[in-house]
Amino acid sequence: MTAIQRDVRAGYAFVERNFNLTKRYWGWEVAFLVYAVAGALSVSLIGQSVGNRRLLMSLVVGAVFWNYLSVVFQSIGDTITWERWEGTLEYTMMAPVRRSVQLLGSALFAVVYGLIHTAVLLVVLALFFSLDLGHANLGAAAIFMVVGSASLIGIGMLAAILPMMSVERGSQMVFVLQSCLLLISGVYYSTDILPGWMQLLSRISPATYVLDAIRKALIDGASADQLLPDLWPLLAMAFVFIPVGLWGFGWAERYAKRTGKLKRVG
Amino acid sequence: MSIAVLGATQSPASIRPIAKAYPTGPAALLVEHATKRFKVDRRKPPVMAVDDVSIRLERGEIYGLLGANGSGKSTFIRLVSGLLTLDAGRVEVFGHDLVREEMAVKRLINRVSVDAAFFKKLSPAENLSFAARLYGLDSGEARRKAALIMARLGIGEKRMGRPVEQMSRGMQQKVAIARAILTSPTLLLLDEPTTGLDPRSKLDVQTFIEELQADHDATILLTTHDLAEAERLCGRIGILAGGRLAVEATPEGLKARVAAEHGLVPTLESAFMAYTGRSLDDDVEEGEAEPAE
Ligand SMILES: Nc1ncnc2c1ncn2[C@@H]1O[C@H](COP(=O)(O)OP(=O)(O)O)[C@@H](O)[C@H]1O
Ligand SMILES: [Mg+2]
Repeated sequence: MTAIQRDVRAGYAFVERNFNLTKRYWGWEVAFLVYAVAGALSVSLIGQSVGNRRLLMSLVVGAVFWNYLSVVFQSIGDTITWERWEGTLEYTMMAPVRRSVQLLGSALFAVVYGLIHTAVLLVVLALFFSLDLGHANLGAAAIFMVVGSASLIGIGMLAAILPMMSVERGSQMVFVLQSCLLLISGVYYSTDILPGWMQLLSRISPATYVLDAIRKALIDGASADQLLPDLWPLLAMAFVFIPVGLWGFGWAERYAKRTGKLKRVG
Repeated sequence: MSIAVLGATQSPASIRPIAKAYPTGPAALLVEHATKRFKVDRRKPPVMAVDDVSIRLERGEIYGLLGANGSGKSTFIRLVSGLLTLDAGRVEVFGHDLVREEMAVKRLINRVSVDAAFFKKLSPAENLSFAARLYGLDSGEARRKAALIMARLGIGEKRMGRPVEQMSRGMQQKVAIARAILTSPTLLLLDEPTTGLDPRSKLDVQTFIEELQADHDATILLTTHDLAEAERLCGRIGILAGGRLAVEATPEGLKARVAAEHGLVPTLESAFMAYTGRSLDDDVEEGEAEPAE
């Protein structure tokens, strides 16, 4: 068996496993989906209530695509927490699998899962508000979702370091990080209204560029070259965050193995 | 390093029960001066969990590691599994260095822990399929193999599809062992595989371990609290006390030694007491609670 076959098989192991877990926890999946739909609807209804169609569209995009980005971020950021909670972390860590394969396999599942979530959300909201996506540039929106997920996955890997290093506080910190991304990325408002220092931060959040580009593509039907200014920073961030995330994760694993943070009892 | 020289350093008594083993070739497991400390509290000195332990397992051997709670058994197993890094010393599995050839070693070993580490909501079939893919097995081949192993362990096909959490502890432990041998490890690390099992399941698991050695040519490092189990299964026994290897011999050798050196009745029980300075049920842990997870 070639090394590539082995990697593909191992990477697929995480996709299949997470799919099986989703199936077994289907009750929660339905609950999360209902929560996401209700949340997106209530925020978007603010636009409806002030009778501003553009605001409505902007809020719909914010709610739907923020949901996507946070699903991707969370499922990577919580990999360690999840396995620790199940009690399988040591088993997975001692398997002959490269960490990059493990993380990319998990990321692949996260993206597919997120896309399905988003599709449901988008359909429900489009029907509810009878949205007209006739002149929307759906292709461009899809591209930005994919490119945006890449950098989010990188940040997710960096976040996943925290639960590895601190059994007690790690997952709380992932949650805090996610909340900060929500605040600075202009999910429901333009980042222009933020205080100066927050605007600076918003520029290093991939979500800012993804949301800006998808708004332009879906609401104004902006063309590819109009969206390029949002694409470059995203590509650059993906090229930085993914290798840094992988490296950081490897470092955290060595730290955990040195200090006995993987697991203690048993 | 000359293997012949290493082999010659072994006393004849310790070679006897491993007549089936192949004395030539690299050791199945070679641990030299393994040391691991944990800093739990900044104000206190670090805990010496494993303190300069060296052991050598020949291929096909079952080696039992005994010791009171907190004596360092699990830490030792984790060091060999690569789940903890050594502070000092080195580990070699079939001639592969654990640090330099991590992936090669990982493919050769598997471990079963006290708590069956499963995705509780997934079925045994799903958990085993995950394991098979991680270890690069073909899924069809894995399924056939799993079915054979599970049938041998008395786990019916019906059970394979239901969540693991609905199984008894004994069943779960059997599935855990099945999962481990699915990947055909040449070195199997069993950390208290029968602790907490009812007598029936315990016997099943023990018989299965014997079969593994006989039919699959597996080398096994086993930790246990059960002296009868150690006596039945293990060719050699090492006793850990406070992270140090207090003594190492065959079961007969141990009994003879404790009678000769301590004037006690020649049983494993008295050997355990003599070399650990405590009874089986004592807990080493002093004033230091295990953190909840
Ligand atoms: N991950 C860890 N972090 C801190 N201390 C640990 C850790 N693992 C084990 N210890 C300590 O090391 C000692 C040996 O523990 P362990 O190897 O689990 O013993 P055993 O398996 O023989 O019961 C104990 O004092 C235990 O508290
Ligand atoms: Mg233990």
